[in-house]
Amino acid sequence: MNAVELSRVNKWYGDFHVLRDVDLTVARGERIVICGPSGSGKSTLIRCINRLEEHQAGKIAVEGNEVTGDARSVEAVRRRVGMVFQQFNLFPHLTILENCTLALTQVKRMPKAQAEEIAMTYLTRVRIPDQARKFPGQLSGGQQQRVAIARALSLSPEIMLFDEPTSALDMEMVKEVLDIMVELAGDGMTMLCVTHEMGFARQVADRVIFMDAGQIVEAAPPASFFTNPQHERTRTFLGQVLH
Amino acid sequence: MTDMTQPTPVFVRTAPTPARAAPLAERRPLWRLLFGDMVSAAMTLVGLLGLAWMLPHLLSWAVINSVWTGGGDECRQAGACWAFLAEKYPQILFGIYPPAEQWRPIAVCALILGLGLWSLPPRNWTKATLGLWVGGVLGSLFLMGGGVLGLKSVPTSAWGGLPVTLLLTVWSLGLGFPLAVLLALGRRASLPVPRYLSIGIIELIRGLPLLSLLFIASILLPIMLPDGVSIDKLARALAAMVLVSAAYIAEVLRGGLQAIPKGQTEAAQALGLNWGQTTRLIVLPQAIAKVIPPLTSTIIVMVKNTSLVLVVGLFDLLSAGRAALADPDWPAPFAETYLLIALIYFTICFSISRYARWLEMRMSKGSRR
Ligand SMILES: Nc1ncnc2c1ncn2[C@@H]1O[C@H](COP(=O)(O)OP(=O)(O)O)[C@@H](O)[C@H]1O
Ligand SMILES: [Mg+2]
Repeated sequence: MNAVELSRVNKWYGDFHVLRDVDLTVARGERIVICGPSGSGKSTLIRCINRLEEHQAGKIAVEGNEVTGDARSVEAVRRRVGMVFQQFNLFPHLTILENCTLALTQVKRMPKAQAEEIAMTYLTRVRIPDQARKFPGQLSGGQQQRVAIARALSLSPEIMLFDEPTSALDMEMVKEVLDIMVELAGDGMTMLCVTHEMGFARQVADRVIFMDAGQIVEAAPPASFFTNPQHERTRTFLGQVLH
Repeated sequence: MTDMTQPTPVFVRTAPTPARAAPLAERRPLWRLLFGDMVSAAMTLVGLLGLAWMLPHLLSWAVINSVWTGGGDECRQAGACWAFLAEKYPQILFGIYPPAEQWRPIAVCALILGLGLWSLPPRNWTKATLGLWVGGVLGSLFLMGGGVLGLKSVPTSAWGGLPVTLLLTVWSLGLGFPLAVLLALGRRASLPVPRYLSIGIIELIRGLPLLSLLFIASILLPIMLPDGVSIDKLARALAAMVLVSAAYIAEVLRGGLQAIPKGQTEAAQALGLNWGQTTRLIVLPQAIAKVIPPLTSTIIVMVKNTSLVLVVGLFDLLSAGRAALADPDWPAPFAETYLLIALIYFTICFSISRYARWLEMRMSKGSRR
């Protein structure tokens, strides 16, 4: 079974056609990097996968379960899919540890001690176990984003969505977050990353997808995507981001 | 354009600059503050003159010519009649509650004050504390009303003074706050029915003076109810106060809700939290923390609003004080009585204000960016 299947997905914001006949199949364990100009619908696409946005036509399935507005379907997809945002979106009134245990105790109804143990394992994996008792506001951007990754991983998702996870970071912190993502890819996690970090795409992606104006324009393994882009718009875009 | 023949000088630090202690903040001496320039000097002088003019009068009234012991006849001179307060304080504090039973209102005041103090530190904000409050407030009603466990029955019309003020405050805020949360959430709902219902209730109640609401509750409501059904006067006044505090607090909360970034709810949803969990654990705590200052003002206004129930014939602190003044044996020392009542109100409101400041500082520590 495939991890994610989108067939002829369409979405409009009012009259604005933001996703146009998007077809995409992501196999289990596959790493996808999505790039494209700003406003091309990348965020909208991955937010439709965990139903933060609703699509109006076409079909989305996660691990064989169709994503609909039905409460049970929404719950099922969010149990399987973790998400990391550009702006981290940590809960500022909770400690780092509480950020990571919240869903375990509330959604999975896990006892607090067990939840904290799991959270600490993932905080250790993202290399900030010593910050567990601090509040998000006391951490650097790179640290906050690593906490956000640990928070998503604590729920043991099968698929991880990243929406420009390094775009809000100062340059010197980008690497510490990318390193974690590379490790995660090495562990066989199914990943869909919206990012313009082309080095990361070359290193871990199985497929790079280029979106423009709500459509998938080109999808290819990084080797051919970067050396031999087929579509005119892909070439223009790569010319801009690779200099 | 740099001159190519002249290389740009290169700077390389050889010795590090050590960190030094910051300069001490400059303290302005007091005399500079008071007489530093012409304007402050003039203000200080005017202030001092005014004080010098008032102080002798105040001193002679409050201390030199005042009467501390004795009865009504000793009090017919110029000075303050503190003896009146010494004699009448049970009536000011507890109204016409039967004197022999006055340990009951005293116990109620102590209970509410004790619960209030216990609830100050945020670490005591637990379900158990909430249970204590519910138990305490219901227990207070039984203690005041009696008729059970061999306690003499005292009708609400005989309740009065501080316990009525405290109970009205606690009830109107305790019931008003959850209602305010519902109204504030309803006002932001995307479904039209809860949204327009909330807007309607909030705007209607904010558009009516509390006094008129109290009159509606005390006069109109009994007329509208079918024969044989009667609701206690205190309960009717309370209903009006609950609605008012709910409407005002709801608007304060709405401001806080608007200030929460959308990313917060999205992150909570992505983690699988449902709407109720997201609202209770993520949105509301942050929204409330953001509106502590206006919330405090609203709460303080509601505490003082309890004094308006005197217009419908209930004896809160203020009206109990006025009733005590009616004794013909005494020369009706208004100023002294009102000073005592003002002192009590001020103590309550100022404590709330200080506590809110402390809470605000504490909360901003956690979420500092
Ligand atoms: N809630 C919304 N309402 C209306 N238009 C939106 C909304 N969200 C995004 N858009 C528009 O949809 C387009 C695609 O947005 P997005 O998916 O965020 O693009 P990307 O992530 O590729 O930069 C943009 O033109 C944006 O202005
Ligand atoms: Mg985007």
